Order: sequence, then C-alpha cells, then structure tokens
Amino acid sequence: MKLIGMISIFWLFIVLVYGTSDFSAWGDPESPCNLHVSNYYIEHAMSDTSVPNIVTAILADYRGFDTMFETAVIFSAGIACFFLLRRPKYDAPEAVVFRHIQTGITLRIEKGGRLPKESDEFERIDTQWVPYDLVIQVTSRILVPFIQLFALYVVAHGHHSPGGGFQGGVIFGAAIILFAVSNTLRKTTHRVSEKRSAVLCAIGVLIYAGTGVCCLLAGGNFLDYSALSGLLGVDPVTARSHGIMMVEMGVGLAVTMVMIWIYYNLSSAGKQHEGL
Amino acid sequence: MDDMIAIILSKYNYWTVITLMMIGLYAMIVKNNLIKKIIGMNIFQTSIILFYVSMGMKKDATIPILEHHPGMQEHVYHAADYINPLPHVLMLTAIVVSVATLGVALSLALKVYDQYGTLEEDEINAKIRKASVKS
Amino acid sequence: MTEHYSVLLIIMPFLSGLLISIFGWYDQKKCYAIAILCLFLSIIISISLLLAVMQNGEPVQYRIGGWAPPWGIAYHVDYLNGIVLVVISLTSFLNLAGARKVIEKEFSDRIGAFYTLYILFTTGLLGMVVTGDAFNLYVLLEITSLTGYALIGFGVNRAPLSALNYLLMGTIGASFYLLGVGYLYMGTGSLNMADIAHLLPAIYHSRTVMFAFLLILCGLFVKMALFPLHGWLPNAYSDAPSISSGLIAPLTTKVMVYVMIRMVLTVFTPAFSFSFAALNSTMVWVAVIGILSGSMLALFQTRLKRMITYVIVTEIGYMVGGFWLGTRDGMTGAILHIVNDAMMTLCLFLSITLISYKIKGDRFSDFRGIFRKMPVTMTAFVVAALSIIGVPPTCGFFSKWYLISGGIAAGHYGFIAALLFSSLVNAVLFFRVIEIGYFEPFSDHGANSGHVPEVRMDEAPVSMLMPLMITAAMLIVLGIFSGDIVTRAIQFAIPASII
Repeated sequence: MKLIGMISIFWLFIVLVYGTSDFSAWGDPESPCNLHVSNYYIEHAMSDTSVPNIVTAILADYRGFDTMFETAVIFSAGIACFFLLRRPKYDAPEAVVFRHIQTGITLRIEKGGRLPKESDEFERIDTQWVPYDLVIQVTSRILVPFIQLFALYVVAHGHHSPGGGFQGGVIFGAAIILFAVSNTLRKTTHRVSEKRSAVLCAIGVLIYAGTGVCCLLAGGNFLDYSALSGLLGVDPVTARSHGIMMVEMGVGLAVTMVMIWIYYNLSSAGKQHEGL
Repeated sequence: MDDMIAIILSKYNYWTVITLMMIGLYAMIVKNNLIKKIIGMNIFQTSIILFYVSMGMKKDATIPILEHHPGMQEHVYHAADYINPLPHVLMLTAIVVSVATLGVALSLALKVYDQYGTLEEDEINAKIRKASVKS
Repeated sequence: MTEHYSVLLIIMPFLSGLLISIFGWYDQKKCYAIAILCLFLSIIISISLLLAVMQNGEPVQYRIGGWAPPWGIAYHVDYLNGIVLVVISLTSFLNLAGARKVIEKEFSDRIGAFYTLYILFTTGLLGMVVTGDAFNLYVLLEITSLTGYALIGFGVNRAPLSALNYLLMGTIGASFYLLGVGYLYMGTGSLNMADIAHLLPAIYHSRTVMFAFLLILCGLFVKMALFPLHGWLPNAYSDAPSISSGLIAPLTTKVMVYVMIRMVLTVFTPAFSFSFAALNSTMVWVAVIGILSGSMLALFQTRLKRMITYVIVTEIGYMVGGFWLGTRDGMTGAILHIVNDAMMTLCLFLSITLISYKIKGDRFSDFRGIFRKMPVTMTAFVVAALSIIGVPPTCGFFSKWYLISGGIAAGHYGFIAALLFSSLVNAVLFFRVIEIGYFEPFSDHGANSGHVPEVRMDEAPVSMLMPLMITAAMLIVLGIFSGDIVTRAIQFAIPASII
C-alpha cells in the first residue's frame, strides 16, 4: 500500500508539475489573472465603496454573497459538531469530585449522592485535576481583556487596515478559549452558556442576511447596500461603507460564538460538565 | 543552463505548492491513523491556499490597501501598484472552509474513538470484522 | 418581487434555517412547521422560475449586490438548472413532509439542529445549481458537504467512521475542484462562468485550460462517486439515518452530475470539451465499467439499503456515460435521468424509511410476508423498482430509451450492452426482494413450517404514506409526460451545436 501510494503520488507530482509549464512567471504583473477582473477592483474600490482596504471591499461588497455563505459554512460546522457530539443533559456524570479548599481533601461523590453547595469551602474540580498554576492563571487573566480589546479594534478597523469580521471574531473567540484553557470549562460555560453562544451565532449570521434583506426591501438587489442610503441618510457610496461595517459586525459575532461553541463540544466530547 | 534557472525561478513557488499538496495527499491515502489523515487533509487544503495567494503576486507591488489620508482627493490608482486582491478574498473563504471541515472531522474522529477505543484504521477494521462474524 | 425570485429561492430557506436553529433552543415544536413551510414555498418559487424561463425563452439573470458580472456574483437560471431546482425542492419537501414522527423518535434531543442541517443542506444544493459563479459554487458545495457529513455521521453501526471517510474523500474532491477553478482563474482572470466561457476560446490550446478541465472533472467524479472513486458512497449512505439518506442519496450525486454538465457545456463549451475523441470515449468506457461493476456488486449484497446504494453507483454510470456519448439523445437521456433518478431513489428510500419504522433490520430475510403487512408501502416500492428496471409506463423506461438511442447514434454498443445488462441485473435484484416479501410467509423461524402465523396488516401512519404515494404517482406521471418535458424544456438546455 505504501509503495503503491508513493508511486501514484510521485506520478501525480510529475503530471502536475508538467501542468504548470504554461503558467506565467511568478509575480508577473502581466499574467492574465492579474489583469482582467482584479484591476477593476483596485481602480474602483475607493470610488465605489470608499473603503481603502480592497480585500474588505471585495469580501463584503463585490463578493459579499460568498462571504455570507462563508459564515453559513462556519455556522453549519458549529451546528454539525453540536449535532454529532452533544450528550443529552440528563446524561449526568458518573461521579463528581469536590475539593475542600481549606484542607485540600478531595471528595468523590457517586451518582445519586448529595452534592455540597459550591461556596468558599467546597469547589467542584475535574476528575483529572491539575493543581492551579498561579503564573498561567494570572497571566491569562491579565491578557484576556487586552486580547478582546484588540479583537474589537481588528473588527472596527477592517476598512483601513488588514482585519475584518473573521479575523476579529477569531481573536475574540481565542480570548475566551484562553480563559477556558487556563480556568475550567465550567467557569467558562457559566459566563457564556452554550445556549447563548449558539443563539448569538445564529443571530450573527442573521445580521448579515438581514442586512441583505433590508436592501431587498429598500428596493435594491440583495446585498446592494447603496439601496440603504435613504434609510441611513447618507450618499450611496458611504452607504456601501456602512453596509460593509454592519455585515462585518455580524460576521464577527458569528465567528466568535461558533469558535466557543465548537470548543465546548470538542474539548469535552459533548459532555460539557468537564473538559480541558 | 540560464534557461533552466529562469524556469526554476519563475515556477518554483508552484512546484513547492505541488510538493506540499502531494505530502498531504500521501498522508491521506497511506497513513493508518485517522488523526494523521486529518492532518494530511489540512496540509492539502493549505497548499491550495498557498497556490491561490502566490498566483496573485505582482512584482514591485504592495499590499492591496489603497494609499489614503484625510484630504486626499481624486487620486487615480494604478493597478500595477497593488497586488491582486481577489485571491486573498477567495482564500479567506477557503481558510474558513478548511477550519470548519477540520472541526467536523475532529468531532467525527471523537465519535469513532468513543465507539472503537482506537484511531488506528486497521484495528478498527479488525473490530468491525469481528463484530460482523459474531452477528 | 418576481425579479428577485432566483435569490429568494436561496435566501428564504437560508433564513428559515437560521430561525429554526434559534427556535430549537426555545420551542422545538415550531421547527417542523417552519421547515416544511419554507420548503413548500421553495417549490412554488422554483416552479415559477422554470415557468418564467419557459415563457420568456431566455435565462433569468440576477445581479447580487447590484454588481454586474464578472465583478459581482450573478445568478443565472436557464432550462437546465430550472428543472434541477424543481427536482431538488420537491425531493427535499417530500422527504420531510411525512417524517415528523421518525425525526422526533430518532433525534429527540436535537430536533432543532437536525432541521437546521436539513434546511442548510437543501439551501446549499439549490445555491450550487442556481449560481453562475464558479467560486460561489465551491462555497455552497462545502455547505452541502459539511451538513451532509453531520447528517450521515449520526447514524447507526459504523456511521461515524463512514462519515469520516466520506469527509476525507469529499474534501479531496472539493479541493480538486477548487484547484481547477484556480487554474481557470490563472488562465482567464475571471470567476464568472459566462465570462470564462467568453474568454476561454483564445487559450484553448493552453495546458492550463486542459489541466483545469481534468482537475475539475476529477473533483466532481469523486464527489459524484463514479465507479473507481465510489468507495465512500455505499458505507456512508447505508449507515446514515434513513431520513438523512432519503435526502442525501437522491440529491447529492445528481446535483454533482448537473455541475459536471454545467461545467462542460457552459464553462468549457462543447467546442472544447468534445474535441478530444480519446477523452470522450475513455469517459464512456469508465462509465460502462462503472455500470457493470456496480450491478455485479449490488448482486452480492444481503441488505436492502446497501444494495440500493450500489444501484445508485450504477445510475451514476448511466448519466455520465450518456452525457459523454456527446450525442443529442444521450444528453437528453442524461438530463432526463437526473430528474427521474432523483424521484426513483427518493421513492425507494421513502419506502425504506417506512419499512424501518415498522420492522427492525434490513436484511432480505427480515422482509418475509411484508406485502401482507404493509401493502401500500410495498406497492410504491414495486413501482420504484419497476421504474429502475425500466418498465414502460414508469419514467425509468423513457430516460433509458433516450440513453440507448443516444448510444445507437454514437455507435457505442458497449454502452448499450452495459445498460441492458444492468437492467437485467436490476430486475433480478428487485424481484428477489419482492419474491421474499410476497411469497414467503411472515415468520422469524423459517424452519417452523406447517405453522404459518397470522399476518396482520400493520401499515405506517397515513401522514407518512401520503408523500410516498405522491412520489410513486410522480414516477408514472413523469413517465407519461416525459415527451413533453423533453420537447418543452430539456431540448433547449442542450446547445444547438450538439446533434
């Protein structure tokens, strides 16, 4: 199998390398792919949408429809992970472990046992418990708000510099995942519950699609933000820029929440009462 | 000889991409461990992303963010000054797709592990065969 | 509003899918109602789109975001995808219409997620068909695939493993398609299908175009499970929950065949695609081998659902072979067969859903006496079986007729022989099931002869029977009107240059 695989891969390699022979040279500004459509974007992005970051302009406006389905892809990944992995709520864990904080004694309470209230005396811990590492906890605690702030900057500044909804959303989600890694999963689900993340994720995609529908209702084509100019009280070009901002925020929300949602389900194999 | 070097210099990025692609494909076909297969899949997808991005490269051009500052008016932009933005847009989509695929693949792998207690394909197949003989 | 129909067809199910996923957390009872309503509306929209195309005689165009192609994404509905759109929305609706009880039984704690995935899957298929942009097609292809993996992975036995294999294979297929689109973009600098078709003739001789063509075809062949690349299909479809396979099996492969036809006819245009005689005949021979081996493999199966998955592999061979014959009749047959085969497969899988609702196990031996137990379901099953075999009043006969006459026109007797052979094998396959179901008494112990237990009629609920009966009736109606379908729609879908 290995040999056959190797030979066929090698053969395919030769064929594909042969296929590159008609390509234009790397970095050639005159190659057909750099001439036809892309030049229009570079030359007209500013006058069409007043967004200097051409990538953002194409992403959210010229090819905004692709991007809407891109958020749909990531949304369906979130819902697919949930659908495949999530264990039902009544599937209670076999045993729950508590720690008495003052003495450090751990209690293992079997199914059906009476659980102590979480308080200053007792705290619930994971079955495979790793003692707290002060450095990690404090560092991540300090880092998380800054990462989140930076995420918001990346979303908001997508018009003028590299960035946008996806990047900002991923950074924001990563901040919360960092919190989950350095603390416990339960603490995180307590702050952002699964239901909330799932619903907000759908709402994020809805913001995108809803902006498109608003354009439709305002008399333009789907996702034609210039139709919103009357609604927003600005000229059509600025309306496009604002429309891009709106959908970027929707994307950011959806991506943040789906990151968290996927993390919850993957890290705990769908059980969500304990995880990484 | 100079011709050879010229050809190599003008195409080596594509050849690197194809090499990466083949590494990914090889892992997907030959490897026994499901996680390694998933890693191979990711390498494969990433190589395609590199292919697109290197396609949009232009010599002596800068990133596709137009020069702008307040008070600047009626500036004409030249396409040759900025690299091709379209492949970047497309690949943003492809990156998201590959992340989404990775998530679903990992959750399926978790399910497989739950069911068979292993991620080695030959062991899983042996277990399946055993079960079908029993029934 | 009518000018927005083509985008509404995608947006409406998409929005409903999102709404369902929110309702799934608060009020699960509403999910079914929203899903069924939006699928019903999508049938109406798709039919009116097809009618609009037929009335005007020219494609319906839509510019998303108001941008003209090739800068923006354009929707493009013509005769070819108008038909496929109707088939998709109809199949998806009929499969879901009666399935409420099954879904509540099988997915009790994740109903909302199931409906969301179901609707998003349908949205992806509709979007793939309606779009006029090669890259947009890829994005929607991935939506369809991801939701499909999830729907399959929640099944029985080794479903997760089958779904993972499907995911790996499917990703290879989709990535090859993406790479092919990249080559096209490299050569032309455009992603819009019509624009590419306009730019290509200047560089027909280029190796880049040839490789783009081959890569796209390879990717699509993996996705549609053409014979040597079919490995993922039987496991994935037979392990999936019956309601999911009822959606995925009739549609995925057929839509992939549609995408192949669209790519070959619209993007590369027949002038390029059919200019390599060796390539064309290779394709037909691959299809012939696919038909033969699919039929042979189906003979060895002892489980009904698994047997049908191999029949699907055979049917893919019909369509691909018929299309690559390159004659007008062959293409007509292939396109007509997309419609007919979706309906036939749907009918088979619907009846399997009903059978598995009442009977555990899907080995042939479990079906003893099933005709007396579930007469209506089995009647529909027999109609579907007759249609797959190709018996005249049903629609399967007519598409086969076109395929065979296409084979005669092209002088490709290997293809005709393979078609006839597989029809024979299909007859054997289905009559084996019917024989067990009709003539053998219903009993768990065959050895207990002399004592034939009373078989009570135990038919599935009427709400589930209705969609099945409609589908079975459709098979006959499609058969009767197949002449009209061809003369009014399909013949305009094929470019005039093909004789």
